[in-house]
Amino acid sequence: MNLLTVRDLKVHFPIMRGVIRHRQVGTVKAVDGVDLDIRATSTYGLVGESGCGKSTLGRALLRLVEPTSGSVHLDGTDILSLREEPLRRMRSRMQMVFQDPMASLNPRQSVYATLTEPLAAHGITMSAHQRQLHVRELLDSVGLPADAADKYPHEFSGGQRQRIGIARAITLKPDLLIADEPVSALDVSVQAQVINLLEELQEQLQLTFIVIAHDLAVVRHISETVGVMYLGGIVEEGAADDLYVQPMHPYTISLLSAVPIPDPVAADRPERIVLRGDLPSPADPPSGCRFNTRCPFRQETRCGDERPELREVAPDHKVACHYAEAILTGEITPRVESRTTVLTGEGRTSPQ
Amino acid sequence: MTTVSPAAMASAQTDGNGSQMSERPRTRIGGGLWRQALYRVLRSKSAILGLALITAFIAVAVFAPWIAPFRPGDNSWLDQVRPGQYPGPSAEHWLGIDPQGRDVFSRLVYGTRQSLLIGVVSVLLGGSVGVTLGILAGAFGGWVDAIVMRIVDIMLAVPSLLMAIAVAAVLGPSLTSVMVAIAVTSVPIFARLLRGQMLGQRASDYVLAARAAGLRRSTIIFSHVLPNSVTPVLVQGTLYLSIAIIDAAGLAFLGLSSPDPSTPEWGRMLTDAQDALATAPLLAMAPGAAIVLAALGFTLLGEQMREALDPKYHR
Repeated sequence: MNLLTVRDLKVHFPIMRGVIRHRQVGTVKAVDGVDLDIRATSTYGLVGESGCGKSTLGRALLRLVEPTSGSVHLDGTDILSLREEPLRRMRSRMQMVFQDPMASLNPRQSVYATLTEPLAAHGITMSAHQRQLHVRELLDSVGLPADAADKYPHEFSGGQRQRIGIARAITLKPDLLIADEPVSALDVSVQAQVINLLEELQEQLQLTFIVIAHDLAVVRHISETVGVMYLGGIVEEGAADDLYVQPMHPYTISLLSAVPIPDPVAADRPERIVLRGDLPSPADPPSGCRFNTRCPFRQETRCGDERPELREVAPDHKVACHYAEAILTGEITPRVESRTTVLTGEGRTSPQ
Repeated sequence: MTTVSPAAMASAQTDGNGSQMSERPRTRIGGGLWRQALYRVLRSKSAILGLALITAFIAVAVFAPWIAPFRPGDNSWLDQVRPGQYPGPSAEHWLGIDPQGRDVFSRLVYGTRQSLLIGVVSVLLGGSVGVTLGILAGAFGGWVDAIVMRIVDIMLAVPSLLMAIAVAAVLGPSLTSVMVAIAVTSVPIFARLLRGQMLGQRASDYVLAARAAGLRRSTIIFSHVLPNSVTPVLVQGTLYLSIAIIDAAGLAFLGLSSPDPSTPEWGRMLTDAQDALATAPLLAMAPGAAIVLAALGFTLLGEQMREALDPKYHR
């Protein structure tokens, strides 16, 4: 059963200019038409490069930024039509873990207050003793000592702070937990611990989990389903193993080809695709397929004219590319440019 | 107790015996950070000096009748004064006699009362109005913010001394009008400072996190945004005490303070001393030094508070 259903979600930010005549001169289409179906207790990973709109999408799902249009249903409740107070109450069912654990904790609030404040806000009354027990259990479940409760955020290390952030997110026992780059601000040595903690908690608490990250390995490790975002839209979505082994969208193919392979023999394989140019401005996205300006498989006119729909190309594997099948079978090969090498490997094209 | 991993226990123990914990007492939730700040203030030499200066001035103000040898309005020594010739320090009159035949030291001691009163009252008055406006603008934003800030901008556009003179002129020369005048000029400073802080804090991640947790808007403003925004205002308040005393002296110098000779005030003493500056510089130097020392006391304390109130600050 789907816990979260998202249809055609758009978040557009106006660009305002002028002091006297404050007028809109443009629109940043941070999220531009996203559909999501997330099964209860599953983990959905959202990857994409900086500025592709993945964080905005995460925040829009919780209405921490106001979406421009579309619909978000959590367990049948239309989140976007809720007024302030019902929305506030609804928040006990959907929580978030933030990227920067220091910035996301109030520096003047003890851990105890941080963990108990949401309870009071949602009318969960407990005796002082119950509250202490609750905090102790929470701290224990995220692997922090019981005496952490009386301390303040600056007294902890980065990994410990993120554990506090996670404890805060689960204090209300939510159904949906969105983690926005939960480990990217942490040392590599601590990242694995926090990822494992999130996995354990998900299993324990039967959470439905959306992980937003730019780290492909993190997302693959933790997710069952992965969505790849490019310039405000999802370009490919599929089961994690499937998508990583058999990427179909040119963007995903080039993204994965950039992942270094920890194998000295494999490293010699000439299969890197170097994307040229920068991410186009979301204020002025390319017409047609958003990726057509950088796509090595670009075909004349159609890619620039018609925006591809996200369609099911293989079972449980959706791709927003007109030529996904042709690329898969090798009918279309990437353009060879001076520094671009051609893809080889399992069932794909060979060098020209 | 629930089970805690051995590693966690070990780290808990090192923390328990660590230097940071032993330096501060067992904190209770809520008051902990403020108490830590107090301890940090008390460990700084310059803050102690500032506190000592302020305490000394307050003591002088409170015990003025016992410290001063004469009444401040007593002009019994007028016969000793010749034009351009004023008796200097002597055993009876430590700081000499002013052109009106009064004991300078006694006036200086009594003047501490008015000057401190002006400083404290005007900062409290201006601070509370400014903070209220700042909270309004910072908490609501939008059109409330726009209106409040335009009012504040208008207040800021008028030079503060001119504004103070206008207020004092409307209310007539008196101690109250000096206090109100200084308070009015300080309102925009406090309002702008707090609003700016609050806007900055509102954009922070922990406020977003508080919203995500479903906290009420009032809780977010009063238990998250405000506590993280008031520190600069408190510091500014302390620093403004010294500015208020100097401004009061300036207004008194312009003749806008109380004309009553029995309630001396340092600024007024400076005014009275200007005719005799060439022959009896001590008449101006004594109240001048008092102003400088009082201002120094508040400034030292304010500067140290700025550092001590930052929870991330370690020494």
